[in-house]
Amino acid sequence: MPNDPMAEIKASFFIECDELLESLQDALTEIEEGAHDGETINIVFRAVHSIKGGAGAFGLEALVAFAHRYETVMDEVRSGRLEVSAEAVKLFFQAADLLADEVHAARDSQPEPEGAEACLKALEALLGADRLAEAETDDAPPDFQPMGLSLDLAADFDIGQTPPDAHVLHFKPHADLYASGNEPLYLLRALADLGPLETEVDFSAIPPLDAIDPEAAYLSWTLRLDRTLDEAAIRDVFDFVEDVCDLEFGSRENPLDSFGDVTSLLQFDASTSGNDENAPASFGAPLAAPPPEPTPAPGPPSPPSRAGEANEPDRAGMSPMTPPTPATGTPAADPGATVRVDLERIDRLVNLVGELVINQAMLAQSVTEAGLPPNSPVMTGLEAFMMLTRDIQDSVMMIRAQPVKPLFQRMARIVRESSSAIGKEVKLRTEGEATEVDKTVIERLADPLTHMIRNAVDHGLETTETRVAAGKPREGVITLCAQHRSGRVVIEVTDDGGGINRKKVFAKAVEKGLVPADSHLSDSEIDNLLFLPGFSTADQVSALSGRGVGMDVVKSSIQALGGRIAITSEPGKGTCFSISLPLTLAVLDGMVVNVANETLVVPLSSILETATLTREDIRVLGPETHVIHLRGAFVPLYDLGAELGYRAPKSNYEGGIVLLTAQENGERSALVVDAILEQRQVVIKGLQQSYGHIPGVAAATILGDGQIALILDPADLVDNASGRTGSRDLTLAG
Amino acid sequence: MTEPTNTQTNSNEVELLSFRLGDEEYSVDIMSVREIRGWTRATPLPHAPAYVRGVINLRGTVLPVVDLSVRLGMRPVAGDARNVIVVVQIGTQTAGLLVDAVSDILALPRSALQPPPDLAADTAQRCISALTIVEGRMIRVLDLTAVLPQDDAEAA
Amino acid sequence: MSLKVLAVDDSRTIRDMLRLTLADAGIELYLAEDGVHGLEVLGGIDPDAIISDINMPRLDGFGFIEAVRGQDRHRATPILVLTTESAPELKARARAAGATGWIVKPFDPVKLVKALNMVAG
Repeated sequence: MPNDPMAEIKASFFIECDELLESLQDALTEIEEGAHDGETINIVFRAVHSIKGGAGAFGLEALVAFAHRYETVMDEVRSGRLEVSAEAVKLFFQAADLLADEVHAARDSQPEPEGAEACLKALEALLGADRLAEAETDDAPPDFQPMGLSLDLAADFDIGQTPPDAHVLHFKPHADLYASGNEPLYLLRALADLGPLETEVDFSAIPPLDAIDPEAAYLSWTLRLDRTLDEAAIRDVFDFVEDVCDLEFGSRENPLDSFGDVTSLLQFDASTSGNDENAPASFGAPLAAPPPEPTPAPGPPSPPSRAGEANEPDRAGMSPMTPPTPATGTPAADPGATVRVDLERIDRLVNLVGELVINQAMLAQSVTEAGLPPNSPVMTGLEAFMMLTRDIQDSVMMIRAQPVKPLFQRMARIVRESSSAIGKEVKLRTEGEATEVDKTVIERLADPLTHMIRNAVDHGLETTETRVAAGKPREGVITLCAQHRSGRVVIEVTDDGGGINRKKVFAKAVEKGLVPADSHLSDSEIDNLLFLPGFSTADQVSALSGRGVGMDVVKSSIQALGGRIAITSEPGKGTCFSISLPLTLAVLDGMVVNVANETLVVPLSSILETATLTREDIRVLGPETHVIHLRGAFVPLYDLGAELGYRAPKSNYEGGIVLLTAQENGERSALVVDAILEQRQVVIKGLQQSYGHIPGVAAATILGDGQIALILDPADLVDNASGRTGSRDLTLAG
Repeated sequence: MTEPTNTQTNSNEVELLSFRLGDEEYSVDIMSVREIRGWTRATPLPHAPAYVRGVINLRGTVLPVVDLSVRLGMRPVAGDARNVIVVVQIGTQTAGLLVDAVSDILALPRSALQPPPDLAADTAQRCISALTIVEGRMIRVLDLTAVLPQDDAEAA
Repeated sequence: MSLKVLAVDDSRTIRDMLRLTLADAGIELYLAEDGVHGLEVLGGIDPDAIISDINMPRLDGFGFIEAVRGQDRHRATPILVLTTESAPELKARARAAGATGWIVKPFDPVKLVKALNMVAG
């Protein structure tokens, strides 16, 4: 048993809330797309309803209050009394967003989000004042008290009346009382629990044996309770049955003997309570025959029975006790059961598996060094071991993988909020929501993606007027797409706006002093100016995408995740930002290379091919720069040893080994290495935290010999490269 | 900059780990020392300052190693089997200090520590928080926050 | 003898709370996520009482109760409706479907156990 089960349940409640919010979003999206069927609306209702229910249990009053008012409106929709207009759907979305905020505010003990009241008011305005009042009265009053009274008092009783000397009750069950699974014995026992109870049973209504209807109710009771007892408490006992019995509170003025013959007087006290199995029989005991059967006694007029339909005789079959039979079932596990695990535990597992991979590499190295023949049992065993390790690693990584859907839903909200803030009509399309990515990647993607989405709404899409003038649909479309592509996940943010205004961008870059005015840049180079630090500054700041954060920040946060960002744009058609990310931040497949006696790892995903340079491949570009001529294209040559400061550029690269790498934007580069050692999976060890960012280096890893090797970031390296491949003095480090 | 980080709270005693750099003796508060490791080759980091020797594998984590001698404006530590790496922690930052050799653990009354004279010309000056004399030898007490550059940034 | 109770609710939180509450009271609890699931679970056990939510996917509480009452052996099994609504017509509908009583969410553990004991003995 956990230490604080309530805290556990509460934590689990908030997780459930997130799931409910997700299905709420889904359903609203379907409704927005025209699904007005009952079940879809019901899903919305139920999601809000369940959140309210759970919130009530934890006394989260603000959340309950919000959910209740939202639910009230949705209930009107559900019952068909409220039309689902486009305007209404917008408000439903807004309310859903705020509900999410309310949930998170409750979870994090933060103040309530702003705008909740305004949103609810707008939502309720849909109903109109009269309807709201109506909806409120025939629905639950928002009287949620944390862990409050569970058995609701029959409020229409005047509890304030003077208690008589003794509480005297006449209680006459209807057949429906039995039909609904209630049992007079238990009611009496509950009364006896309140205090000393005297009961008299009236058998007078029992017809002759042959006339007995086994499902009818013939008995009635007269009950006396101590007058000091609270009448409300007594009423409480009858809460479940008030509509299926005649219950009359009497007093001295309303003497007992007005009720038929008293043929039996049973004394009840708490001591009889435990006796359940054969208890019903004890009622029947004074009779030789099966229990009784009257026509409903005249008595006081029975309350209008709302349960009238349930009154069919075939329903009522009540020998109230079927002896319990032993259960054959097993406690039901929740279907599709999941286990909640602390992220910490998973991380520990991930780390341990990382250690396992490293240790296995060390072992492999020792085995190789021992000079064992390739077919020896040790080698075969080791290979099997390596495959297992790989499988374990993949499985562990899968635990951390999560679909991008929640992230995309957050973006949907950003689109809604930002488009309405600047009065553009924008629709978000999402594709590949089920694509799974490491949890940490998802978490750290939220900020850059938010910024990109805002940018797309603000700058990417034209104003509605411009769109209309250009013959485009009024509504701009932003597409958010995720997919797996060769071991990475690619997320694209595409708008169907006007494309990048390259003239303007170039002019601005010149103005900011980022590029010389006379430089000749390709379209792609101009587009990439957007990522330069200092490009997006004050005069680009709008209410929306402002905040002084430029695309350079987006780029660096993507890079910090081991990702790349690329941009493509077509005038008049739109712009696409493409982010490519590793599936996990824990391992990568790399090519282990040697450069100036240092061991480096180059991510396999960035390598197109490897080649040995011939004299014909190498062309001199400038005094200190070379390109290689590869299948008709010129590719710049970078000497890793020189770029990383390990040594001076070589004088001749003939016979050198190059890794041909490609960036997201398709630009290729050739990296000179001294030797290729092997390809293998390595465990990523961050450098950022322990040291800081190193240009051209993504992270580090631990090799089989226990040494640390740096993991190269080829694109970053190229971005920061000098490109010198001619001899000249360089400061040597290390 | 000169904030004393080597303080032991609730105590008038201070324990110092002293070590040798060339012919000089330095020390750090033992409370910030995590462990002492034998010399191991560090993987050099591109574009790093000269005093950053590189990174080593400390039981699965990547530990930056600072050549303390270079940091204090002296000749690099040779980097052989006699040298040791003193693993220190300041705040959340862990780093290795490469020194020639560890000499001693000293327990001194706090009052034995004197502020260093103000000699602005000395490049190592700002890394030293106090001086003391033990058995006729002058021992410099290092201010680790000044020694480890990242901490300046982190403290901001 | 401990009571055997089947509880049907689509909210995991409420199920967790029921589990906690009823386990503490020594009640043997079986759980189901919705009406359809509830009927499946009911097929394998013979509970002393049933607790059911109203708003549930696939088969709601009203439908579930009617289906339970439709089974001969459960014609008299006490069924408590767990609802956030205390509106009279909801009670009436629950009663019409054959509910024995109702518990308003959020429920008070003590009262829930008391109510269970009252309807199931």
